[in-house]
Amino acid sequence: MNARKITDFVMRSIFALAGLFTIFVLLGILALLISNGAKAFKHIPFSSFFTYSNWNPAAHGASSFGILQLLWSSLMVTVGALVLAIPLGIGTAAYLSEVASSRIRNIVKPIIEILAGIPSVAIGFIGIVLVGPAIADLFQLSHGFNALNGSILLAFMSLPTIISVSEDAMQAVPKSFREGSYALGANKWTTLIKVVLPASASGIIAACILGFGRAIGETMTVLMVTGNATAMPHSYFDPVRTLTATIAIELGEVPYDSPHYYALFVLGIILFLISLAVNFISEWLASKYRYKMN
Amino acid sequence: MGITRANKIKSFLGLRFLSLCTLIVLAFIFIVLFDIAWKGAGVLSWEFIFSIPRKGMTEGGIYPALAGTVLVTLITALFSIPVGVATAVYLNEYASDSVLTKALRASIRNLAGVPSIIYGLFGVALFVEGVGLGSSVISSGLTLGLMTLPYIITSTEEALRAVPHAYREGALALGATKWEAVQTTVLPSAVPGITTGAILGLSRAAGETAPILFTGVTFYLRFPPDSLNNEFMALPYHIYILSTQHHAIEQVRPLAYGTALVLVLLVVLLNVIAFFIRYRFNKLNSSR
Repeated sequence: MNARKITDFVMRSIFALAGLFTIFVLLGILALLISNGAKAFKHIPFSSFFTYSNWNPAAHGASSFGILQLLWSSLMVTVGALVLAIPLGIGTAAYLSEVASSRIRNIVKPIIEILAGIPSVAIGFIGIVLVGPAIADLFQLSHGFNALNGSILLAFMSLPTIISVSEDAMQAVPKSFREGSYALGANKWTTLIKVVLPASASGIIAACILGFGRAIGETMTVLMVTGNATAMPHSYFDPVRTLTATIAIELGEVPYDSPHYYALFVLGIILFLISLAVNFISEWLASKYRYKMN
Repeated sequence: MGITRANKIKSFLGLRFLSLCTLIVLAFIFIVLFDIAWKGAGVLSWEFIFSIPRKGMTEGGIYPALAGTVLVTLITALFSIPVGVATAVYLNEYASDSVLTKALRASIRNLAGVPSIIYGLFGVALFVEGVGLGSSVISSGLTLGLMTLPYIITSTEEALRAVPHAYREGALALGATKWEAVQTTVLPSAVPGITTGAILGLSRAAGETAPILFTGVTFYLRFPPDSLNNEFMALPYHIYILSTQHHAIEQVRPLAYGTALVLVLLVVLLNVIAFFIRYRFNKLNSSR
């Protein structure tokens, strides 16, 4: 009896320790990012960091740390991806939720899950061998390594998230809503546009925001296909260098404990805060939605 | 009459648009998989898989990269599965529904959405520089382990939540301690769900590049690493090198295709295994 109680106590402690360890790790990631990032501002004026677009930290003697064009590049590629992915994603979700038979759904959904599982280097590789040459051909460019290429690939990478979250939202709309609409003589399309979409709007917006988070944080794909020039881009045919790609390119060659090293952590903090905001907003929308549906 | 007719046309076109969206998404997936399979199949052979790269990686196979990926994924599994499952058991079976557990759950969900390059930064600061593990298999494995941890916790919690309350109450009513109830009834019923989540989490880790970029991966080795403190080659990084950094990119394109095919096959295989475990489990559950 006693031995059993001791075992019970020991196991409970082990589980509690694991929980504590996880909390510790979570806080640790945040603390390490912030403490390393903060050290950057010992050397770099805070204001110039966010108001200049002269990122050139490796320049001898005259290194400069303005990140505007990196921010702008990340936003450009991500917004471009969403312009493509939002209509495609909501359309596919509506098809799966409102039109497709359950047999077709059971085939299509696992296939879309496979897309979510394809490693980002493989997608980047497709960008190099297929999408890039296609863009160059179509628009008469010398090469296809530009923001457009990144946007197209990121659109497909964020689609699984957008599709599954918006489909869940549409499925959560009670049957009675649709039946009411049909009873008034509306057809499937009118019901979708006038009843299902408005009812699931907050869930769909949450899906798009999650898609935004997925796209802006992606590293390898944009690193491989967007050209990575540090100049301020002016159009989708210009090469761009995102925040994520900048970390990936420079962290390998930067000396440990230098202003440049710490500046890369500031880029990390910015990305971290964006992902935090994305999660917070999408969760708030989703909880609002659940409340409404109940 | 005119209104209904216009409405019918609108409805017809609208529904066609929805099918078109779905077709575009499916077409992209098929093009990606078909292109990699078609052009990768040409170089795929046992020799390609089990021989080392030769002549500046313009010939030969991918053995060190495959072995490196398997090894580092093993470390990831050894770290993230025990810690993740234990945390999930604590959250779901022991912890009261306090503000603290709510905060913990919220931060775990947030961590699942943090970009993988951030884990790379963290891995450099903590494992490579901080603890002094250097650029090595163990640093990369732990970094990927941290990235996978939120995923394992969330999927394990889901599996535990799906176990009916009556199971726990039955065990406790027979005089079992909490641990005995967890050990004999809760965990066994949750194993398929936990396994599915773990496989999916690990398949994601195996295909990741950004977290290992600065924590241990290297572009060329003649052999798989013989110690956890050594650097290693990995399939995803090998694809990146062959397709962007190699001095003869066009010449090694077939090798890049072959490597991509092996990586995609590995990931798809893991996904299919997870899919079937879940499928069988669902069938079992509904027949109960």
